[in-house]
This record gives sequence, structure tokens and C-alpha cells, in this order.
Amino acid sequence: MQLTILIITTLILCAIGFFVGRRRAVSISRQKTKKLHSMPNFHGSYVAMWCAIPAFIIIVLWLALEQQILNALLLAHFGSSIADLDSVQIELLINDVKNIASGSSFGRGKSSDILLNAADHYESLQLTFRASVLAAGLSFSIASFLWAWKRISPTLKARNYVEFAVKVFLFICSTIAIITTVGIVLSVLFESIRFFGQISFWDFLFGSHWSPQTAIRDDQVGSSGSFGAIPLFTGTLTITIVAMLVALPIGLFSAIYMAEFASPRFRKTVKPILEILAGIPTVVYGFFAVLTIAPAIRGFGTELGLTVASESALAAGIVMGIMIIPFVSSLSDDAIVAVPKSLREGSLALGSTHSETIKKVVIPAALPGIVAACLLAISRAIGETMIVVMAAGLAANLTANPLNSVTTVTVQIVTLLVGDQEFDSAKTLAAFALGLVLFVSTLGLNIVALYVSRRYREQYD
Amino acid sequence: MNSQTEISKQIRMRAQNVDVFYGDKQALKKINLDIAANQVTALIGPSGCGKSTFLRCLNRMNDTIDSCKVSGDVSLDQRDIYSKDVDVVELRARIGMVFQKPNPFPKSIYDNVAYGPRIHGLTNNRHELDIIVEQSLLRAGLFDEVSDRLNSPGTSLSGGQQQRLCIARAIAISPEVILMDEPCSALDPIATAKVEELIDELKDHYTIVIVTHNMQQAARVSQYTAFFHLGEIIEFAETEKIFTNPVEKRTQDYITGRFG
Repeated sequence: MQLTILIITTLILCAIGFFVGRRRAVSISRQKTKKLHSMPNFHGSYVAMWCAIPAFIIIVLWLALEQQILNALLLAHFGSSIADLDSVQIELLINDVKNIASGSSFGRGKSSDILLNAADHYESLQLTFRASVLAAGLSFSIASFLWAWKRISPTLKARNYVEFAVKVFLFICSTIAIITTVGIVLSVLFESIRFFGQISFWDFLFGSHWSPQTAIRDDQVGSSGSFGAIPLFTGTLTITIVAMLVALPIGLFSAIYMAEFASPRFRKTVKPILEILAGIPTVVYGFFAVLTIAPAIRGFGTELGLTVASESALAAGIVMGIMIIPFVSSLSDDAIVAVPKSLREGSLALGSTHSETIKKVVIPAALPGIVAACLLAISRAIGETMIVVMAAGLAANLTANPLNSVTTVTVQIVTLLVGDQEFDSAKTLAAFALGLVLFVSTLGLNIVALYVSRRYREQYD
Repeated sequence: MNSQTEISKQIRMRAQNVDVFYGDKQALKKINLDIAANQVTALIGPSGCGKSTFLRCLNRMNDTIDSCKVSGDVSLDQRDIYSKDVDVVELRARIGMVFQKPNPFPKSIYDNVAYGPRIHGLTNNRHELDIIVEQSLLRAGLFDEVSDRLNSPGTSLSGGQQQRLCIARAIAISPEVILMDEPCSALDPIATAKVEELIDELKDHYTIVIVTHNMQQAARVSQYTAFFHLGEIIEFAETEKIFTNPVEKRTQDYITGRFG
């Protein structure tokens, strides 16, 4: 509540600051003969900026430090009575107090007086703290507003300050994206390290048996907990290969047709339709795989006298291939269109036919782009989850036969984390290790794709 | 109109009443031009006057532009190149073309030159191909500069070398006519001088038509000059006559730099 008040008042202050600052700049420029260094708008932005900065800093500090400060104050309230508790117990105690204070605990009636007391104390602490932060924030804002307003003069280089502030703001935005990525990687990494504390790294990476059930009781049957991830890797690989066998030729050839042969009108209609494929939710593709493709493959296989699992790698792979067709075709199309007309004309002028030109000049020239498109498509296929969850099954079979049911890394992550889980068992932690493997492999593919497209790109101007 | 100037030499290509339209816009009007064998014919004129369009009529490169319509007769050795029984692939093998900007393929120097002979199956074995590549590079005056790195990419050469590579590529399939569309406009003066020297040597073996914006270049390399203006040929004569004693005032104005 107080936070909202602070944000809204700051915004209002900024708006007022802008107009007041601008007005003052305009009136100064009228009174004095000396010319303003910056345009009035910059002076307005300058004042508004100085309203926002202190408030922003206070809000960030508030969000970051509130809990720590309140906890420390609460512990001080308990004083020496909790000296003999260990850190876990203290944490529990603090949680109890907070729950009672926020009214979410059922135990209010049954709680001891000490706790109730502490809760009341905590509530009042919180109130005072927030009120004082609000007051501090507002007074800082107003003070710096007045200070900035005072400073407006013909010599103030408001434009330079504002431009600098804009630069810093943009820099912060771009850093947030990077920091988030790093944060995600680190969180996965730390959980994985915990997992590898329980299961050997080599057993995980090269073990051939996957059965991630850990025993709850000692006498349980069949819950040995085996974390050999090879079946998952082969499953992922099989499905990815099938998907690329579908997506690569169809995507590439349709890109060639679109870029080289299709009339502009055809291209204008068909290309967006092809790109709609990319917008279909993967769950819907999953339906398609389960209800249409899988039975069809099964029926066809039976005709040929083959045994086909009702959930097969082939079905999932084919549908996933269909899903990434627009990915391949759109990126390849861009690469082909980017080949300069002069190369085509050079080839045609030597008396080569259209298809010779495409085969010998256009495609080689566009190859880096096409390779990059494929690598990105592969990393897309490896990371795809929904289709395989629905169509490929959960059985971790170690097989290269696409007619069998297989499972992939992503599917196992999902199944490991679905439902109520304790977050310290090897079973759940395995999901993070798999996530790490997935992240590292797609990251590697993306880096290679970027490298290929940069290194081998011809510099046409 | 003086485009019917008598050419004393043997005539290799002849254009009669050629009209070209881009959609509704007429780019060329009733062009008549004879191109003498083993001579250099220069096409000059201000930008947008249709000289490149005319050049591209001569090897039917305009076919690749959908909105472009060509009418009239263009003949190579008395055969109409726009008639139905002419194979455009074979035609373009007989009429080579060098473009304004050097456009080597993203292949090695060797493969760039070998491209034409390979697609036309001119050679039976690697040895013959080697000879053609070497001969073409020699004729293009590039062999000495690249003989030790035939396998490095064509795009690694300098602009002037790239343009001579493109000329080598064009002559590797032994065309009868070579069309050059402002071949030196992207080159520095030294590279330009080399290419001009080359053009002069090449005319012993080939018939050359060159589009140029550079008056001095036309005067230096060509034997015949056609002055284009607004889609028409204003004057066509021996180069010497055009530059010393033009009949038309507009030609005079253009070559002395008074317009265009």
C-alpha cells in the first residue's frame, strides 16, 4: 500500500516537475538576454529526473532490505530469550510470528502469549517502518525537486545530464536481461551441484538405465533410483533426427521455391500462412500427433508387419518436424533472398539455367545462413516438450528404433517436477541436472550457429 | 538521326526498331544500331537514358525482369535472337557479360573461372579445364597476380582484380561478344587503366560493347560510339568523329559537359 502511494506520488511529482521546470526555463529565457544552453523541454526533463531518482533508489532499497531489517528488529525484541536456538529454529520462529501477524495462521487462538505479543510488535514495526520509508522517499524527492528547480539557469547543461540519464537507463534495462539469464543458469547450476553430490556425475552422464524412483522406506521394492541419462539422450536424439529429416528438406525446398520461383503474389499470400504454423501452440501439435499421426503410423506399420508402439518416436518426431518447418523455411528464405541479385545475373549471363544458378551459386552463397537456421531449429527441437510429452511416451527405452516408445530430457524434467515434491531428493534434483545438460547443449548449438553465420557470411554491401 | 551510319567492317550484331517497355513506361524507342565485329562499341549518355537496358537486350538478360517487354529485331550473325527456336542458355554462352560491380561467386578463383566451362561441359578432363582456366586468366591479365593462390576465394581479391576475374570468367566459355556494363565505375584509376588496356587487347578476339559514363574512357577504348538520350540514339558514328566533329548539338553539349 505504502509502496503504491510512493510510486504514484513520485509519478505525479515527476509530471509536475517537468512542467514547472519547463516553465521556469521559458520564463528565464524571456527575462534574460542570455540564451539558454538547453531547450526548455530538457530543463523540464531534468527536474522530473531528479524527482524520480531518489524515489527510485529508496524503492529499490526498501524492497531489498525490508525483510532483513524487520527480522533483525524482531529478534532484538525477543532479546536473550532465544539465544540458545539454532538458525533453523530462529527461522521457524520468525515465520510463525509473521504468519500470525498476517492472519494466515490458524493457530492464533492456540499460540502462546509471547508469540502473540511478538506478532503485535512485528505488525507495529512493519507499520512504522513503511510509514517512515514513505516519508523519507517523499521528502527526498521533494528536496531534490526543489534543488533541481533552483539550479535551472541559462548555463545549466540540462541536455547533457538528461542524455546521460537516458543512456544509464537503457544500460540498466539491457543489464537486467543479462542478469536474469545469469541468474537462471546459476540457480540450475547450484541445484545440479547438489544432485551430483548424491549421484556421481559419470553415472549420470554415461549410465544406461533411467529409473528415477527413490525409496521412501528401506524395504521398498523396485525403487533403487537409477539415474543413467543415456536413454534420455538417445531418445532426444532420435526424435530430433526424425524432426530434422522432416523439417530440413521441406523447409529448405519451400524456402527455395518461395525465394526463387514463386510469383510475388503467391509469395505474399503463402509466406504468412506458413508462418502461422509457427504460432500454433505446441499442445495443439501434440493433439495432432496423438490423435492423427500416431494411429496412422501404427496402422501403416501393422500393414507392413512391423510392431509399432502406440506412442512412437516417429510420430513425435514427424509432428515436431512439421512444427519447425516454418522456422527453417523462414530463416533459409531470408538467407536466400539476401544473396545479391548481381550473383544470380552473373551466373545467368554465363549461360547457366535457373536451377543451375540456384544449385551452384545461390545455395552455396546462402549456406552459412541455412546452416545457422538448421542449428537453431535443432536446438528448438531439443528443447521442445509438449509434443513429446503427449506423443512419445514416458518409457526410458535405450533404443535407436524410431518405432519404439522413447522419452526425452524435457519430458523427464516435466514428469520429475509434476505434483508434490520434496526439493532435496535425488529424484527432483535430477530435473535440474537434466535442465543443465539441456541448457549447455542448446547454448552450444546456438553459439556454433552464430559463429557459422558470422564467420562464413560473405560481406555483400 | 544518324544511327544508320555505314560501318565499313563486318557486322556481328544488329538491332532494328527495338522498343523496350518497363510496364507502361517506354525505356527505349526505335533503336537501330549495328555492332561491328572485333571492334569496341561504346554506349554513352546521361543516367537513365536506356544504354544499360539496350545492353541487356543484346543477351536477353531483360528476360529475367517480369515487367520488361522487348519488341523489334535483334540479330546475332543474321539470326534473330528473340525468335522462338533460340535457346537463351546457348545464346548467353555466346554473348558474355561483365557487370558494373564485380560479382565473383563465393567460390575459389579457379572455380569462378571454371564455372562456365563446367556447366557447358566444354572439357573432358581436369587437365583441359586447367588449361582453359589458365588461358582465361592469362588473357584477363590476372594470371601472374593469382597463379599461386588459385584456391583462395574470389572475393578475397581487390576490386580491380575481381573485375578482371569476372572478365576471365566471361571469356572462359569463348563467347563471340562481350557486353560490359560500366565495368570500371567501381574501380580506382589504376585498376581502370588495367581493365581498359585489357579491353583493347580483347577486341582482337571478341566483339565488345561497353556502356560507360566516362567520356575519356569511351574515347580511349572504343572505335564506335553511340550517344543515347531519353531512350533514343541521338548519334552513332566512329568514336573519333563523335568526339571531334559531332553532327548533333546535343552530342556536342554532352561530351563537352554542358549537360547530363
